[in-house]
Amino acid sequence: MNELISSSAADLAAKLAAKEVSAVEVTQAHLDRIAEVDGEVNAFLHVNTEEALAVAAEVDALRAGGLAGELHALAGVPIAIKDLIVTIGQPTTAGSKMLEGWMSPYDATVISRIREARMPMLGKTNLDEFAMGSSTEHSAYGPTRNPWDLDRIPGGSGGGSAAAVAAYEAPLALGTDTGGSIRQPAAVTGSVGVKPTYGGVSRYGAIAMASSLDQIGPVSRTVLDSALLHEVIGGHDPADSTSLTDPLGALAEAARSADVAGLRIGVVRELQGEGYDAGVQQRFDESLQLLRGAGAEIVEVSCPNFRYALGAYYLIMPSEASSNLAKFDGVRYGLRVLPEDGPMTIERVMGATRAAGFGDEVKRRIILGTYALSAGYYDAYYGSAQKVRTLVQRDFEAAFAQADVLVSPTAPTTAFRLGEKLDDPLAMYLNDVATIPANLAGVPGISVPGGLADGLPVGIQFLAPAREDVRLYRAGAALEALLEEKWGGPLLAQAPVLGGVK
Amino acid sequence: MTAVTDETLSFDEAMAKYDPVLGFEVHVELNTRTKMFSAAPNAFGDEPNTNVSPVDLGLPGVLPVVNRAAVEYSIKIGLALGCKIAPSCTFARKNYFYPDTPKNFQTSQYEDPIAYDGAIDIELEDGTVFTVEIERAHMEEDAGKLTHMGGATGRIQGADFSLVDYNRAGVPLVEIVTKPIVGAGSRAPELARAYVATIREIVKNLGVSDARMERGNVRCDANVSLMPKGSATFGTRSETKNVNSLRAVERAVRYEIQRHAAVLESGQKVTQETRHWHEDTRSTTAGRPKSDADDYRYFPEPDLVPVVTSEEWIEELRAQLPEPPAERRRRLKEAWGYSDAEFRDVVNAGVMDSIEETIAAGASAAAARKWWMGEVSRRAKEAEVDPAELGITAATIVELDSLIRAGKINDKLARKVLEHVLAGEGTPAEVVQQHGMAVVSDDAALLEAIDAALAAQPDVAEKIRGGKVQAAGAIVGGVMKATRGQADAGRVRELIFERLGVAG
Repeated sequence: MNELISSSAADLAAKLAAKEVSAVEVTQAHLDRIAEVDGEVNAFLHVNTEEALAVAAEVDALRAGGLAGELHALAGVPIAIKDLIVTIGQPTTAGSKMLEGWMSPYDATVISRIREARMPMLGKTNLDEFAMGSSTEHSAYGPTRNPWDLDRIPGGSGGGSAAAVAAYEAPLALGTDTGGSIRQPAAVTGSVGVKPTYGGVSRYGAIAMASSLDQIGPVSRTVLDSALLHEVIGGHDPADSTSLTDPLGALAEAARSADVAGLRIGVVRELQGEGYDAGVQQRFDESLQLLRGAGAEIVEVSCPNFRYALGAYYLIMPSEASSNLAKFDGVRYGLRVLPEDGPMTIERVMGATRAAGFGDEVKRRIILGTYALSAGYYDAYYGSAQKVRTLVQRDFEAAFAQADVLVSPTAPTTAFRLGEKLDDPLAMYLNDVATIPANLAGVPGISVPGGLADGLPVGIQFLAPAREDVRLYRAGAALEALLEEKWGGPLLAQAPVLGGVK
Repeated sequence: MTAVTDETLSFDEAMAKYDPVLGFEVHVELNTRTKMFSAAPNAFGDEPNTNVSPVDLGLPGVLPVVNRAAVEYSIKIGLALGCKIAPSCTFARKNYFYPDTPKNFQTSQYEDPIAYDGAIDIELEDGTVFTVEIERAHMEEDAGKLTHMGGATGRIQGADFSLVDYNRAGVPLVEIVTKPIVGAGSRAPELARAYVATIREIVKNLGVSDARMERGNVRCDANVSLMPKGSATFGTRSETKNVNSLRAVERAVRYEIQRHAAVLESGQKVTQETRHWHEDTRSTTAGRPKSDADDYRYFPEPDLVPVVTSEEWIEELRAQLPEPPAERRRRLKEAWGYSDAEFRDVVNAGVMDSIEETIAAGASAAAARKWWMGEVSRRAKEAEVDPAELGITAATIVELDSLIRAGKINDKLARKVLEHVLAGEGTPAEVVQQHGMAVVSDDAALLEAIDAALAAQPDVAEKIRGGKVQAAGAIVGGVMKATRGQADAGRVRELIFERLGVAG
């Protein structure tokens, strides 16, 4: 395989800085890879060839002109963008027919920062419609396939970003995580994904599903790469009122230290055992052994209210989503469908547009949320769910009094087959049982590859207290190093060959 | 709208049997530089859809940011209404689909308004004072403006299509809600008008709103219900929306009282509903029924953090509050020595501020009133503008007044001087100079003109000699004509009597 596409972002940055390769070569190599394998994977909804090469050429010109000092460390390192994040110059669809062909007149804050860093954007990646799903099968533009087994799902909603990174189509990608949409796809594709502390990365320009839960974060093949990208996109943004003003912390430095000696790691009793595949549990137990061997103190913690988290999530998320998605009505932008017969009133145009533009899963959640917020039901549903949320937060507080980070399997199973759970929403929702508590509490989480079960990747999740993302990188990188030493290389090196070249 | 006219009872009959209960929701548009949640300009009358940002259009991915100035204005309104200011308050989403609302929800406040539990005194024309209790004043955003095209009435019914202008979408609003107002009796319509007028005056005085009702800066929804005399149980209320002039507020409340009374008299029940006021027919028609259909599915706005108001901040804003209008009026009336009627006329003519400035610049209270209520008001009426907008400054009035007092010009000349000043020809003194308009105070010149006039009207001269002093007016007129109005009429009269040897 072309070394340019198998290199980590950190390695590419070093090669670019040493002028061993040009940014145009690096970008072109990834565009070639997309052309080669994306017919099978379907990770990309849009490929941004021209602009990506233009940005790369600009980086090369600046470096050639002796202006390397003005370049960001990741300048010239390409990146893929989840198509939930708005971009000038590229369509943004949110995986929905509702926004087919829509061009945003403004950039998300994270996109502005990526432009400032001069990272060529390779294109927009596939997702479950409006980020609603755990398999990317709910995309209006066809499912993305898992590079480990093309008959299996790549996770969701950010299956496109995870698959793009796992299939070497991009070294880095942006995802969004409302209940696990970065971490669960990372787990089932053998890649790394981080959900930062709520407020740690600006949400301005990420099409909202559930505003109090959504968070943009990095997707990559190594923990250090996620840290590097996190440093590009993170930090305060006055356009997002929920954005934190705290400094980010030395994330890359923490990833490089990769030291768990003396770190208290809490195993969450409620996030293992029943419902978790035996293979997943095995890999998880092995990881704990390695961490203990490296000097970490493994303690067991209990978070009794986590068992209610999924239920609370499926009230809060659809409630907020029902309101956030109300703006898609055919009046100002996007799809407009006129009723076939009967009077042409605004209500009927809105109705016809939303009936045709939204897929079943989106409609299901809008209906759920509308119901949960309705007069007479609000206290029983939304109100109770918010109370559970508080209890989950308290569980975290208690757990973090005993441990510096928490650890669990990222998802209870490995990648399932395409179509397997499409008609069983509840089974689909259970995929996020381990990732959802972090969103409810606003705490950060990372998923790192934990090995294979029956030939498919398993993810290990670390969780840290809010604003302590730095601990995730320290623990995640340590486990990554320990496992890679055991495997003799990265997990993805064991993935089957795609596109006939390896 | 259907042209069905509802039955009404005469107002007096209604009052004989029922006590009205009122309630008001007044929306005040704030005149902040930018919008409630975006940096787009807050301006009236610009090209449609030019004062918009992605936030105001509800584009995918946008987030709101609270305008600090709008919060400060809201706190000032709360303080001026005698309200408590919440140490911390939140925003909520009010969900409903309508094309003038870009996100299909309005960002408003629900459970915890920024200001609550206030009271203001409302003074009626005859000096009666009612205290109206304020339930709350909360912050929210305005909707865009729809224009219905193709129909005959400009209403949505019968229109072919509608245009939407989002310039107004996101303009900061404060909604002021009263507690039920009981005990106004037959003064209810009058109180309604005075309440809205007072709110308008307060926000204008604070400088937080342009307060122009014709532009929708102040909009009133009026709630009316009746209870049988002696009862303390409120009846079912109607809410008459967007009554947008003071006169209409009074009329709409009066109409609703009469309509409710007729419904109750016929043994039926009043429907809880919104009503629309029609100025042309001076009546209301039914809007949508207020019932379960009104489920706005309020929930806390997750994109905004709570607004926290420190004690220091509130006190800083309190210190900036101007003198309340009612207090100021009492103070000025006393200082100027005007009668009740004189002062009321001054207030109604909208020249109180101008008079205050003119007195401060050196004119007497009487002279200031004479000019602003007289010549300036007359010219303003002609020009169809407010007197204060005519372009006459306090300094101009003071100068005119001192020229008169010095005997350099008379009242008649002063009016001419004013005209030249308005034409941009300079200050009054400069105009007098340029046009040689000074009063002829040279007795010799006057006597010459008097002699000519007496010679021209010997019969009149005879009458004056015979003691009919009133006849002197004809001679004065002749002199004034001869001097093109530049004579001091008083001096002319004196000289006539002197010449004819009679006592004036």
